[in-house]
Amino acid sequence: MSKISWLAAVPALAILIGTAFVNSVEPLLFGMPLVLAWLVIWVVITAAVMAIIFASDPVNAESEDRDQGAPR
Amino acid sequence: MNSALIIIFLAAALALVLGVLAHGGKKMTLEQWTVGGRGFGGFLVFLLSAGEIYTTFTFLGGSGWAYGRGAAAYYILAYGTLAYITSYWLLPPIWRYARKERLVSQPHFFARKYDSPALGALVAAIGVVALVPYLVLQFKGLGIIVSIASYGAISSTQAIWIGAAIVTIYVMISGVHGSAWTSTVKDFLILAVAIFLGVYLPFHYYGGYGDMFRAIDAANPGFLSFKPSGTGTGSILWFQSTILLTALGFYMWPHAFGAVFTAKAERAFRRNAIVLPLYQLVLLFVFFCGFAAILKVPGLKGDEIDQSLFKLSIDTFDPWFVGVIGAAGVLTALVPGSMILIAGSTLFANDLLRGLRPETSEETVALTARGLVPIIALVAVYFTLQGGQTIVALLLMGYSFVTQFFPAALCSLMPNNPITRIGAFVGILFGAATVAIVSITHSTIGTLLPFLPNAMNDINVGFVALILNVIAAGIVSALTQPAAVAKPSRG
Repeated sequence: MSKISWLAAVPALAILIGTAFVNSVEPLLFGMPLVLAWLVIWVVITAAVMAIIFASDPVNAESEDRDQGAPR
Repeated sequence: MNSALIIIFLAAALALVLGVLAHGGKKMTLEQWTVGGRGFGGFLVFLLSAGEIYTTFTFLGGSGWAYGRGAAAYYILAYGTLAYITSYWLLPPIWRYARKERLVSQPHFFARKYDSPALGALVAAIGVVALVPYLVLQFKGLGIIVSIASYGAISSTQAIWIGAAIVTIYVMISGVHGSAWTSTVKDFLILAVAIFLGVYLPFHYYGGYGDMFRAIDAANPGFLSFKPSGTGTGSILWFQSTILLTALGFYMWPHAFGAVFTAKAERAFRRNAIVLPLYQLVLLFVFFCGFAAILKVPGLKGDEIDQSLFKLSIDTFDPWFVGVIGAAGVLTALVPGSMILIAGSTLFANDLLRGLRPETSEETVALTARGLVPIIALVAVYFTLQGGQTIVALLLMGYSFVTQFFPAALCSLMPNNPITRIGAFVGILFGAATVAIVSITHSTIGTLLPFLPNAMNDINVGFVALILNVIAAGIVSALTQPAAVAKPSRG
């Protein structure tokens, strides 16, 4: 795993651990209870982080043929 | 028959026709039937994975839990996201190995990795046990939709039988090809219906999300955030242990493992890890439906909470639109229901039957797999009619079982597998036995280990079984290591 892959740990920890620290209803954010809005925000960030990891991973730059066969 | 029911049955008929068309005269070998000949592109793999995740569980179970349990329902949004993060690294090596060894099933994978047919048989048996509550919850959902949409004309029992018959016919005709095509229709419909309801209901009844949540919070203080520690389901520690358990188990379902094999190239998984988290946000609208129902159709208790979305829809819309919602609901039960039936029958025929009698021919296995479909469906109908559990509770029970495969699966992907064949066997057996005992006796941590502090009672019992599993596998592996060094296992 490359160094940039560790970026994926940030949303994972925010959801698993961070949620405990924003466990309240008020203030409402986007009309939602704060703790629900927190989870929604991190779901969106997860997609962005995975896109960064995908783009920077040399494995994905290879052609579809190599992708199917070659061991690495 | 009212217009709601007509639309619902038309949707089921359309699913059947699409399934038959997808069959397209192709010769159905076992590999064709179960993993689509390994020829699906990224888009269809995406639809198939989405199809499994957005089930009756999401549609009725998710709204039901928002209605009856409040913040506890948020776990559904969190665990999938964690699972997608890990999928980026977990799925490609599983796919590569399955492709190289031409595997068609999950027990096959374990048997080959650990060079142990006994481990394969154990995984197959536990897989079937875990699939039953998953199939039960799809039938339960079908029953709720059809009976409520008939405005009482069709009883819930009759509705469950009708639903089970449709799923069975559908699977026997076309196998996984049917699932892929119906998945296309279903995904479009469920997205449109869930988002529409999740926007319309809160605005129609409360004038907006903020106003709706304030009204719920005022009527029911503490319902919308996690509960204080020591209160069990719905507390922070429950949330954390549950999302960890379910995220690890996400791809350990026999049918989810099987769906991994359908991909044409491994890049599809890595690409999906970007898109699928966003797809999760549909859940939010499902939650809004359940929350909207709290003050409008109050008083649903126990497993009736699963009816909240549908009860509110009946009160709000004309029958034809209730029919559209019902059609979306029926399809969200059909697609996963068919995947589960395929996985269950293949587990029996290919992994138990052939495991016990290796000389069994390919044709006999394929024929047996088809023949088992109605039998497994009947077993699930039996348990569905027993009733009692909410949809989410049923799924969590299944998750507790399948997550027991995770440690052995993960270790088998390492260059030097730290656990031995016997270690993996004992660990899985220990973990699954713990889950079985807990499910049968309805124990919690508090009743099993009364000397622990009250806060520990919040931890999901399936998670405790997982820890016991890892400890047992570690100890047994350490004891059996010399034998494993003398006779190294393959893979």
